[in-house]
Amino acid sequence: MAEIKLENVVKNYGKLEVVHGINLDIAHNEFVVLVGPSGCGKSTTLRMIAGLEEITDGEISIGPQVVNELPPRKRNISMVFQNYALYPHMSVRENLGFGLKIAKQSDAMVEERVGEAAEILGLQELLDRTPAELSGGQRQRVAMGRAIVRHPEAFLFDEPLSNLDAKLRVQMRTEIKKLHQKVKTTVVYVTHDQVEAMTLADRIVVMKDGWIEQVGTPMEVFNHPVNTFVASFIGSPPMNLIPATVEGAEIVFADTTRLPVPARLESHISDGQKVILGLRPDDLTPEGHGIIESGQKASMQLTVDLAELLGTETILYTQINGQEVLGKMFDPREVEPGESMSFNISLDKVHLFDAETQKSVRLG
Amino acid sequence: MDTKLKKRIGKIVSWLLTFLLMLVICIPGLWVVLTGFRPNREVLAKPAIWIPEELTLNNFAQIFGFGAEQIAIPVPAYFTNSLIIALTSTAIALLVGMSGGYAFARFRFKYKDTLFLGLMLSRTVPGIALSLPVFMIWSRIGLIDTKPGLIIVYVALNVPFTIWLIDGFFRQIPKEMSEAAQVDGCTRWQAFWKIEFPLAKSGIASAGIFAFLTSWNEYALASQLTRSTDSKTLPVGLMDFTAQFTIDWAGMSAMAVIIIIPALILTFIVQKHLISGLTFGGVKG
Ligand SMILES: Nc1ncnc2c1ncn2[C@@H]1O[C@H](COP(=O)(O)OP(=O)(O)O)[C@@H](O)[C@H]1O
Ligand SMILES: [Mg+2]
Repeated sequence: MAEIKLENVVKNYGKLEVVHGINLDIAHNEFVVLVGPSGCGKSTTLRMIAGLEEITDGEISIGPQVVNELPPRKRNISMVFQNYALYPHMSVRENLGFGLKIAKQSDAMVEERVGEAAEILGLQELLDRTPAELSGGQRQRVAMGRAIVRHPEAFLFDEPLSNLDAKLRVQMRTEIKKLHQKVKTTVVYVTHDQVEAMTLADRIVVMKDGWIEQVGTPMEVFNHPVNTFVASFIGSPPMNLIPATVEGAEIVFADTTRLPVPARLESHISDGQKVILGLRPDDLTPEGHGIIESGQKASMQLTVDLAELLGTETILYTQINGQEVLGKMFDPREVEPGESMSFNISLDKVHLFDAETQKSVRLG
Repeated sequence: MDTKLKKRIGKIVSWLLTFLLMLVICIPGLWVVLTGFRPNREVLAKPAIWIPEELTLNNFAQIFGFGAEQIAIPVPAYFTNSLIIALTSTAIALLVGMSGGYAFARFRFKYKDTLFLGLMLSRTVPGIALSLPVFMIWSRIGLIDTKPGLIIVYVALNVPFTIWLIDGFFRQIPKEMSEAAQVDGCTRWQAFWKIEFPLAKSGIASAGIFAFLTSWNEYALASQLTRSTDSKTLPVGLMDFTAQFTIDWAGMSAMAVIIIIPALILTFIVQKHLISGLTFGGVKG
């Protein structure tokens, strides 16, 4: 039950700097997800919060206390590891009660808390088994149980679902969300899966190469990505990014295809500026198959190379400027490869990034 | 029907082969044990008596001084020396092995690989090749014919092996287990004793057995570095049964049995830890 604050936190491994002075404020009871591609420093950041890695520079505080020098056991946090790290020589009951026993709590108290955690996570039947006798999902639950029995200040999760199969992952994702609603606590959750980030987070922290690229609610990050990296990382299928040049009131691609500059972005660009146009597949839809049919629109005649049926929608592979671009067809009908269709582009939803800085033009 | 028969014949043949192999391995040992229970005159009889006609505990009684005739070999002293030397050197080798193995498995440090390789290479030198230099050094610093002298040699002999074996076991334990324990409230030291040590126990136990048996059975170096009842061990003591012109085969065999028994007992005690093995249900899904 505490806020967590990172100030200019740096991490070096020998000469190699892997986290470059990051700043982050996590509010009391907030569910924050660190997301980014593998190797971007998410685990390192989480482990610094936990006290499992030393901080090279900067300051981390949990609640009112600066914890830089505190060992993990004095930070009153708990952590769920990617491989669960259950103690194989102990029963589920002993695994759950271990932290309390170490803290010399009374047997009655241990029993009560273990019972409480077991009930929340539906582990009552499994208490006398050893970890080896559990399925993946059950182990996952025990790992979470071990985290909640101590009523810590914060939960830290490091890719807790990545060892589960797809179906179980979705199920456990929901359970984690429910758990957070039941056991109100600050959560820092690490994942490389943007869907997990979008579905779980109160706030998303997008990381890349040891830098924080953007912090915001899932909606903010999705609707207003600050740069091309965030734009392509969040959302599935990813946003199409097409290089172009601004010419007066038009955006011109290398193959001389033109689009009008979206009205809301006019003031942010200058004539002759090299830009990258960001277009989500959802906003490139065949005539009559879009979701929103209002607002500023442009249309383009495009040839469909491939259609991928997903049921409620179909992903259309086409080309703009000689580059593969994905569109979406809602309420789909059969599409033949090679078919030429008229596509609508929702200009209200189009993003523009400066080609040089890769940053959104809205940021100046 | 045909394949069933073939399978059965195959099974019988493999059993027979196994049995023969076991026989080849076991017969010398069994022969020593048997000889230990036979009177010398039967052992030495010509033509040889293959099937024992008489079994006796006389050889053992003599060794421990209860026999009709006393022999002049101080077996109890040798036994005590052996026990002290083997146990102490094993304990030290295990302590060093645990610290070293843990360090190699868990920490990154400079020249780690070189150091590890160096340790392993040290075992390629046959111990006997070192006996002369060791003898010379030990005699200068007064360690000849002392228990510490032999203990040091055995520790050096065993440490590379214990480090290697224990390193392998710690390596199998994900470091997240210790970290989970630390987050759960343990100090690093507690995390080691409560989580990592119990999980590596079988490895440590096997390293212990090997170290103990090496020290307990070692002959070549001990025969150079020991002289008297102050430090002579059982294997060296065996040679006391060879007089200038005669060898007391039966007595020697009885003593061999005495050497074997503690080793057997220890192996059986530790065995259960070996089998319990590692079940890593703690990780993955
Ligand atoms: N113990 C270590 N020693 C050296 N480099 C490390 C160590 N741990 C992680 N790294 C490096 O730090 C970077 C960030 O790693 P990590 O935080 O694990 O990434 P993520 O969890 O985002 O995949 C990676 O480039 C990784 O190679
Ligand atoms: Mg990671």
